[in-house]
Amino acid sequence: MPHDDHSHSLLPSDPALRVKALETLLVEKGLVDPAALDEIIDTYSHKIGPQNGAKVVAKAWVDPDFRAALFSDATSAVRDLGYYGRQGEHMVAVENSATTHNLIVCTLCSCYPWPLLGIPPGWYKSDAYRARAVREPRAVLSEFGTTLAPETKIRVWDSTAEIRYLVIPERPPGTDGWSEEQLAGIVTRDAMIGTKLVEAPA
Amino acid sequence: MNRVHDMGGRFGDGAIDPNEPDAVFPQDWHGRALALTLAAGGLGQWNLDISRHARECLSPTDYVRFGYYEKWIAGLTDLLVNNGVVTQEELSTLTPTPNSPLRERKMLAEYVAKILASGGPADRPSDIPAVFTVGQRVTTRVHGNTLVDGGHTRLPSYARGKTGWIIQHHGAHVFPDSNAHRLGEAPEPLYSVGFYARDLWDTAENPEDEVVLDLWQSYLEPA
Repeated sequence: MPHDDHSHSLLPSDPALRVKALETLLVEKGLVDPAALDEIIDTYSHKIGPQNGAKVVAKAWVDPDFRAALFSDATSAVRDLGYYGRQGEHMVAVENSATTHNLIVCTLCSCYPWPLLGIPPGWYKSDAYRARAVREPRAVLSEFGTTLAPETKIRVWDSTAEIRYLVIPERPPGTDGWSEEQLAGIVTRDAMIGTKLVEAPA
Repeated sequence: MNRVHDMGGRFGDGAIDPNEPDAVFPQDWHGRALALTLAAGGLGQWNLDISRHARECLSPTDYVRFGYYEKWIAGLTDLLVNNGVVTQEELSTLTPTPNSPLRERKMLAEYVAKILASGGPADRPSDIPAVFTVGQRVTTRVHGNTLVDGGHTRLPSYARGKTGWIIQHHGAHVFPDSNAHRLGEAPEPLYSVGFYARDLWDTAENPEDEVVLDLWQSYLEPA
């Protein structure tokens, strides 16, 4: 197979026109159904996103049996809640504590647990995050306004295979007696990547 | 030698902007690019590793100047031509040749939900026994892809020739260094391997911090 052979230069240079030209060509060739593209976009815009991961985190906080299952076999545990699919075939949950903070990155591309968090944000896919998260995670966290105690160890997970990681943040104080639904409402996408903590309610 | 995408640990990238717009697809064509890539992948003419390698094979100049989804579209275009799905002439004239034999593989809208929900697991049965145990110290090899010069690998440059320890064994997974070049899935044991920051970087922020990578058995030898 040829390598380093760049046919893409034949297309228009403006990216929006480039995508449109390619879509039109593939649709006219009978290889792509434009309604299928609409369906994919709708799925990741409205149906699959960080609200899924937040439910997993909240359940792990309130349900000891689920928590045990999650850390024993996350793929099965989240699949039982209906969360499985592309880019989430092999899940591992990693737990933050007073002594360890977890941070997820993909230095080689943009691997991310789609069924639980959806499509990654722009900064997760940026060169700066990919380059720096492994070497200077504390500097990166500070740019998110997150400061850890010096004695808290950081574990950065570089997603180099098909294993996908979900950070289970620490449950903030002041949330005793909250329902799962209330708790899910304060779990943010960034906290499940590890760039932020879950904030205590005001 | 490495390719431009292999940027873990690189200096000079500047600050991260965590407060960018929250839209899943900030521009409509971003979603189109993602969806087109998934739908074209459904034609079955390449696998995930080939697809990743196509983006990695962009010239360093293009890789740096292109935005994220521009890389996807450029990679997809190269894949379509390199695999004979469209010709260079069709691309340059944007005039389709009729009767592609792949038409019957078209991903239809009614199957999208099922396809996205069923995923594509990478674990496989394998005759290759796992030779490392949890806690064992291992050293990564210094070479990238040993099957194809300049080929796809998931052993980043920053973690080559480094010593760490086995955290977890994940069973046997498809080996990207082989699968990206149509040399077979060649499944082999996959491990999460931990490294101390002090063993990876000239100056670690905190020497006790750790970086964990998922690495295949043939990347590793006993330390």
